[in-house]
Amino acid sequence: MPALALSPVASLDAASGALAETFSDASSPRLQTVDTVQALQARINALQRTTLDSTLKPTHEALADLLPDGGLKEGAAYSVSPSSALVMALLAGPSAAGSWCGVVGMPEFGVEAAEAMGLDLDRLVLVPHPGDQWLTVTAAIADALGVVVVKPGRAAGDAAVSRLAGRLRERGSTLLVIGAWPQTEAMISLTESRWSGLGAGSGCLTSREVTVTVTSRRSPRPVSGRLLLPDPEQGIRRLDPPRAGAGSSRSAADRAREAWREVG
Amino acid sequence: MLRALCLWVPDWPVLAAVRDEIARPGVPLAIVAANRVVACSAAARAQGVVRGQRRREAQSLCTALVVLAHDDDRDHRVFSPLVDALEGLVAGVQVVRPGLVMIGARGPARYYGGERAAALALRSALADEGVTDVRVGVADGAFTAELAAREGRGDDPVLIVPAGAAAAFLSPHPVSTLDDPELTTLLGRLGVRTLGEFAALPADAARDRFGERGAHRHALASAIDPRTLVPRIPPLDLERVLELEPPLDRVDQVAFAVRQLADEVVETLAGHRLVATAVRIGFRDELGGESERAWLHPRSFRPSEIVDRVRWQLSGATRTAGSKPGAPTGPDLRAAIRRVRIVPESLDALAHHEPGLWGSGPDERVHHALSRVQSLLGHEAVLTAQRSGGRTLAERRVLVPWGDRAVLPRPLDRPWPGALPQPAPATVYASRHPVVVVDARGETVSVDERLRLSAAPAGFAPSAGGAVRPIASWAGPWPLEERWWDPARARRAHRLQVVDAGGIAWLLVLEGASWWAEAKYD
Repeated sequence: MPALALSPVASLDAASGALAETFSDASSPRLQTVDTVQALQARINALQRTTLDSTLKPTHEALADLLPDGGLKEGAAYSVSPSSALVMALLAGPSAAGSWCGVVGMPEFGVEAAEAMGLDLDRLVLVPHPGDQWLTVTAAIADALGVVVVKPGRAAGDAAVSRLAGRLRERGSTLLVIGAWPQTEAMISLTESRWSGLGAGSGCLTSREVTVTVTSRRSPRPVSGRLLLPDPEQGIRRLDPPRAGAGSSRSAADRAREAWREVG
Repeated sequence: MLRALCLWVPDWPVLAAVRDEIARPGVPLAIVAANRVVACSAAARAQGVVRGQRRREAQSLCTALVVLAHDDDRDHRVFSPLVDALEGLVAGVQVVRPGLVMIGARGPARYYGGERAAALALRSALADEGVTDVRVGVADGAFTAELAAREGRGDDPVLIVPAGAAAAFLSPHPVSTLDDPELTTLLGRLGVRTLGEFAALPADAARDRFGERGAHRHALASAIDPRTLVPRIPPLDLERVLELEPPLDRVDQVAFAVRQLADEVVETLAGHRLVATAVRIGFRDELGGESERAWLHPRSFRPSEIVDRVRWQLSGATRTAGSKPGAPTGPDLRAAIRRVRIVPESLDALAHHEPGLWGSGPDERVHHALSRVQSLLGHEAVLTAQRSGGRTLAERRVLVPWGDRAVLPRPLDRPWPGALPQPAPATVYASRHPVVVVDARGETVSVDERLRLSAAPAGFAPSAGGAVRPIASWAGPWPLEERWWDPARARRAHRLQVVDAGGIAWLLVLEGASWWAEAKYD
């Protein structure tokens, strides 16, 4: 079963492109088998998720159902394609809910756009030039800040990466890495960007339609959705309806968790 | 009845200006507030200048008159060492205003063996500070003592009104000494000219006719002064200075030497149940160069944090001019450090900064983590962002080092015509990326005086060389013309929003003859 064996170590665009080609033929019998396997895996995951340790950060509703488990997981690392707007969209949910956010190694992070997308600037910390110490800095601020975005400088050693992963798990922080990263929960990429509002010498930029694609270890089929990022009010809006399957399984898990909380 | 001793320095604002080396001694000098003379020197007075005169009038009387604006801060600042000198001798000094102090006379009189001896001792203490003309009055009540001090003459500066004789002393003085013009006019019309005559009126009749204020003035005239002395509480001396002998020329050496000093500062404050939320650190090097700045703290300084600030400030101040572009002069410090000064600037009660029983929540952890990064990379490495008003993207954000207070140079709530329309770009380049914008024939696009593009832009490429990105759609040019009246800060640019074939939008700016990419809408 080549589709399931495909591992997400290749570059983001290559991986999503290859998968899109594989699944372009929706009526093949092999695909139905894959669907069955996926459905079964989803059920296993849903059962496993009732353990208490996988809590989610509050994530913007337009992106939540695209992510595995229905949101950014605490203690996990995500690989994000180099788009500041996508990073801001991912930070918007946790920041609005009261998390501190840190941005390491991105001197060009647009503060005005970040605020328009819903980040709270009072809880945003920037370390624009960490130099060679980016990994130390990331580990230090991941101790205290809920979500940390990092654009890696030099390549990191395997040992340092797994030490950082342990620290993230212990503190419950979420790491968003610009570019490739070993042991990621999911890879989030932005493609098919299309701006509207600009003509030949007239108008001004108003909004942009993009496709956000999430590839995770859990499901071999990449999940994608059409978003307005930003929409004409500089916010984030979902264009296609949210995925029914993911949504319902997530709400079941949430209901289970809420029941636990009420009792405890 | 309180026995008061009054020390009066005549013409203090003039003397303060001379002592502050703003004016030369001996010249005719007038201190002016709201166009009226409030004090003048003896030389000016000899020419007919008096208090209360209009400035123009005083200048016409004395053409060589030097006129200075009244500065209350200066008066107080120059007077403060004199008060310190008096407090070295006696307790409970009340500063009525700069140049006039009240002291309870009983204690000093007992100590020095008589009121005259006490007065002369205090006078000689001020003479040691360089103020020779001091008049002293000792009497029952502060009002009588002040009047007695003003009665004193240069050759006999001490006037003592014996106990119980205050009313008789006040009696011949005119009612204008009460310093209440309204009451003075009224009493004059009623035929009451001296304090004695005013005091002879029944107290309740004075209250009925002149009200509460009049009753108070009546009590003063009757040598009943209801006021008591409110002695000044000497300010705490929290400044700590470290003289380095021999001078040190390495940052880590200075930081190590300062450690004990920082401990001392924080412990002294803790002894007074205080913490510092801002400290001022000053350095002086062997060649006389100085560096001084204030450091703020989001909560309160601990000794190690003061040492960190010392290190950051030193490495900033000793940096050579070359490594910091745009620095108008060289480094502040060029030689080994001789002297370190730490002054706690703003203080707060310790009780406001005690950690709670379960800690003070996540913000405490955030602060510790960020301080750790700051001590690793330097103070300016960890930033918080604020939005600000302005027309260019660089102006519209203010980055403040963690712990410092944000100062918004341009208010956000103004319309700022000429600013870019929303949405704001997600990527704003920190440095300029030069590009070449070309038209369909491959020639560089320019903008003429009437804001017309030479041709429709068809593509752009990085100046350093690279593939030309075709432009799918574009808008502009949007002019930006700022501060044309100020050649140093004037700015003239044209902006272009373009979308390339890959669906990424860019903001391109033409300034002078060169294009650069300012931001990317990614």
